[in-house]
Amino acid sequence: MQTMPPDLSLKLANAVDGMPAFPKSVEKILQLTRDVNCTPKDIVQVIDKDPVVTVKILKVVNSAYYSLPRQITSVNNAVVYLGFNTIKNLALAIAAIGMMPKHNAADFDVDQYLLHSLSTAGIARKLASQMGDADPMDCFIGGLLHDFGKVVFAQFLPEEFRQALRMSQANKSSLHEALRQTVGVDHALVGAMLVEKWRFAPELIHTISHQYEADQVDTGLFACVFTANQISKQLGFGFGGNPCIHPLPEQVQRRMGGTLEDVIAASDDWSTVFDDAKLFATL
Amino acid sequence: MKVKFWGVRGSIASPGPATVRYGGNTTCIEVRTDNNELIILDAGTGIFPLSQSLLTELPVTANVLITHSHWDHIQGLPLFVPNFIPGNTLRLHGAYDPVTGKGVEQVMSVQLQYSYFPVREAELKARIEYVTLTPNESIQIGSATITPFMMNHPVIDFGYRIEANGKSVFFTGDHEPPPNIYEPQDPEFSEYQSFVDAKTADILQAMAGVDVLIADSSYTRAEYPAKKGWGHGTFDTSIEYAKLAGAKMLFCTHHEPTRSDDALDQVFEQVLLEHPRQAGDPIYRLAKEGDSYEF
Repeated sequence: MQTMPPDLSLKLANAVDGMPAFPKSVEKILQLTRDVNCTPKDIVQVIDKDPVVTVKILKVVNSAYYSLPRQITSVNNAVVYLGFNTIKNLALAIAAIGMMPKHNAADFDVDQYLLHSLSTAGIARKLASQMGDADPMDCFIGGLLHDFGKVVFAQFLPEEFRQALRMSQANKSSLHEALRQTVGVDHALVGAMLVEKWRFAPELIHTISHQYEADQVDTGLFACVFTANQISKQLGFGFGGNPCIHPLPEQVQRRMGGTLEDVIAASDDWSTVFDDAKLFATL
Repeated sequence: MKVKFWGVRGSIASPGPATVRYGGNTTCIEVRTDNNELIILDAGTGIFPLSQSLLTELPVTANVLITHSHWDHIQGLPLFVPNFIPGNTLRLHGAYDPVTGKGVEQVMSVQLQYSYFPVREAELKARIEYVTLTPNESIQIGSATITPFMMNHPVIDFGYRIEANGKSVFFTGDHEPPPNIYEPQDPEFSEYQSFVDAKTADILQAMAGVDVLIADSSYTRAEYPAKKGWGHGTFDTSIEYAKLAGAKMLFCTHHEPTRSDDALDQVFEQVLLEHPRQAGDPIYRLAKEGDSYEF
């Protein structure tokens, strides 16, 4: 575990406190969509209370693809028109990316960051479905949020973050090491503080906080998110600011059935995940 | 116009001694206009025997209309024999799926991956074209006007109305008349019901006055409560649509894969007893593999 001086600790705690709350509706939608017995009424009522998700669903339903004779104006109306399952899946995807930031003050390319996060999320979910010993939705969320600490830095320590980004680019070093030099700690630790504040499951917190101490965690969730992160970087699906690709540690290789190159070679349609990421980034 | 059934089972192909009479293949219906244009509704496993019947009239242009992308409606597509013979055209029509952001081309690309099928799309000899359709917007296939309509299923599902030379047929694809998700005592009940009523009116309008209605009739009324939300209709809902739409003939299809031919006959006999035909009512039939109907 990284240690830090008390003033930095206080500064980061304040920064984390200043981040928006993880939307309750997202948590609820995630929880409900894991339960096959949840009724359409339950889900509609959660979506209805989240104006962002509602507006995005209505945007999709009223889009040119469905050239409707009349405007769809409510989630209930959308369910009758497009069907419950389609609305449920749309809500899930929209909700999970809804809290991604759009702007920052550190010259951090948020669009590329969003693509990297979304593609890592999609790859992690795909790996989980193939491996079978991790929950695909947890892997999706883990992938989506693994770099969220960078967002905290971009918003609250933009100077130090910009400097670290430049340093990492200039000497092709890992961004987490540059951050340790400029800020004092890396984004893994701050990201973990944030998801802890959001009361995520301990396994997810560990997955995020130990990204660079990979030998310390041996779970399906960790293996999927770690591997997905490297695949996303190797194949250039977006860019989270870190030019370094890390080899798979031994216990991750054991779970994934081979090296990073083996895992990448095992499928010929990684681009599908990237297409999905691009689609969701525009919603 | 002629309609021929090549697959009438729902969910999964179900060959065996108990399904010999009505057939074990999944959804595939051939429609021929009076001008002999070839329109194929869905590409379930029934499309394989259909494709063999085409070998005497090559080259063909097969206009396949996909209602939705569930396996039992697309699984026969990779083995559509004319795909492997130069000179043929497969024109695949279907919906855009807002969840994946993909059009109908996804139906082929998902199946034609080396892990699932030995031939890639690039290796097919026929010309393959994709047409992603917009609901309520008609397209022309030779003498036929085709209009897709949004139905209710756990994935985007089109019902198709085909009109040619003054004759018409409507196929629902898989469809459950949308139920009200609220209880009568809930404050949202009546507003939701108004959406359902508007949707029902749209569907009846789409089916209005057809010569032939082919409808998802998976369940009996007694079986339905346990299957609510699965996206399928009952014999009773299909009969109601046929009557209200003023259809001349109703073919009930998407037979339960576990229902034997004898059980299917029994169930249908009971349905006819419960819905005795009055003057002007449609004729009710069970869709049967190999049967054709000319009108």
